[in-house]
Amino acid sequence: MRITCPICGERDRREFYYVGDAVALERPDADAPPEAWHGYIHLRDNPCGVTRDLWYHEQGCAAWLVVTRNTATHEVLGVALASDEKGEAR
Amino acid sequence: MRFSGLRVLREGLTGNRGWQAHWRDATPRPEYDVIIIGGGGHGLSTAYYLAKNHGLTNVAVLEKGWIGGGNVGRNTTIVRANYFLPGNSEFYSHSLKLWEGLEADLNYNVMHSQRGQISLFHSDAQRDAAVRRGNAMRNQGDDAILLDREGVRRHLPYLDFDNARFPIYGGLLQPRAGTARHDAVAWGYARGASERGVDIIQNCEVTGIDIDRGKVTGVQTTRGAIKAGKVAIVVAGRSSQVAAMAGMRLPIESHVLQAFVTEGLKPCINHVVSFGMGHFYISQSDKGGLVFGGDLDFHASYAARGNLPMVEHVMEAGMALMPMIGNARVLRSWGGIMDMSPDGSPVIDRTHIEGLYLNCGWCYGGFKAVPGSGWSMAHLVATGEPHKAAARYRLDRFETGRGLMDEEGTGAQHNLH
Repeated sequence: MRITCPICGERDRREFYYVGDAVALERPDADAPPEAWHGYIHLRDNPCGVTRDLWYHEQGCAAWLVVTRNTATHEVLGVALASDEKGEAR
Repeated sequence: MRFSGLRVLREGLTGNRGWQAHWRDATPRPEYDVIIIGGGGHGLSTAYYLAKNHGLTNVAVLEKGWIGGGNVGRNTTIVRANYFLPGNSEFYSHSLKLWEGLEADLNYNVMHSQRGQISLFHSDAQRDAAVRRGNAMRNQGDDAILLDREGVRRHLPYLDFDNARFPIYGGLLQPRAGTARHDAVAWGYARGASERGVDIIQNCEVTGIDIDRGKVTGVQTTRGAIKAGKVAIVVAGRSSQVAAMAGMRLPIESHVLQAFVTEGLKPCINHVVSFGMGHFYISQSDKGGLVFGGDLDFHASYAARGNLPMVEHVMEAGMALMPMIGNARVLRSWGGIMDMSPDGSPVIDRTHIEGLYLNCGWCYGGFKAVPGSGWSMAHLVATGEPHKAAARYRLDRFETGRGLMDEEGTGAQHNLH
């Protein structure tokens, strides 16, 4: 699996650290109800197919990336900087 | 049909014409008391114990593929009970005891081999942790023996004891741990359940779960609608998809875990050896192949096949631990899909929907749990109450924070296990 970093170009998967579902971009407010935090920390759609997850280009430019990917085929469909994606509705 | 030595002899002398199919390949009836979604190890053992322990035989096991074709046929067959935390400790202890009586109980040879498992340690601090874990195992009533370096050498003379990064200080041996023939476990439970009247229905994919006013009423399948007052979801690897049919989101992320097998060799590895620091473990199958694996690929996946970086990592770890392995040729590799839960421990519980039960989140430890999971799940479905061995496998522990079972002590968070 290779991931095309918007800053560094196409790189080996080993340069990147996987954080998990891109739900991390929608952190609830500090005073949000416990259910919202439970959903954010624990519950996942976990699709078999296209998903968006968050990766960190640890051995490259240290950018946080949102990778659109197919979990059934390992195909990488798109990569964007998390700073550009943050706050956009899923 | 009973299996026995005499029977094998008689069949051998009469051309093996008397063997019969081990279970009925049933067609679905319109209604059952209990539907079990998933004909893997856990689903089949649930069906078996529902019939045997609770007298519930109007039961269907619905399998979208074929029996034994999922994770129960894709694991590395290790059976052990070396957990530390209350909750896991009593559960896996219970499961190991069931393994020890399984072949007699099922009248089926699952080739359960208690060859012993050795978990290696490489520092004084790790030794302390092994002592602590061993004590916990003994307090639970199971067996654990602390081996020093020479003790490990007596069992495993072929290891590289002087690896510069991870020199071997010793190991924790569980003599009662070992391996079993994974396919035979599925077949044995299927046969036992089928003999007692359970319908095992293959090529029958559940496409919907029918719920009426908060109560489950049946399922929709590729072979028509089937009614039931109780439905058990036992589909680790696909839990999120099936639970979504009941409107549930689960605390599960699916990951691929790879395994490998070499060409058949003469007996050379007599134990299960776990090299935790290298994320590497190995045993030798009765056919002679070295069966080994490593860690998750570490990204959500349903592909049932892995990527090359983890292949390389596992091979490197194997070479670092036992250089002799470099002479063996790898024949095959494959991946299984793991239900990874935030704390690394499973769920056997009711849901908020009456009559709907959930068994999921086995992470990379589902195979050894097959008997205990089925026993506990059957108890839950039949009585409505959790079995005492699985009483802590609550689904709500993530929401409440009470009773989390994080064996690794890394936190109850998805990307940490």
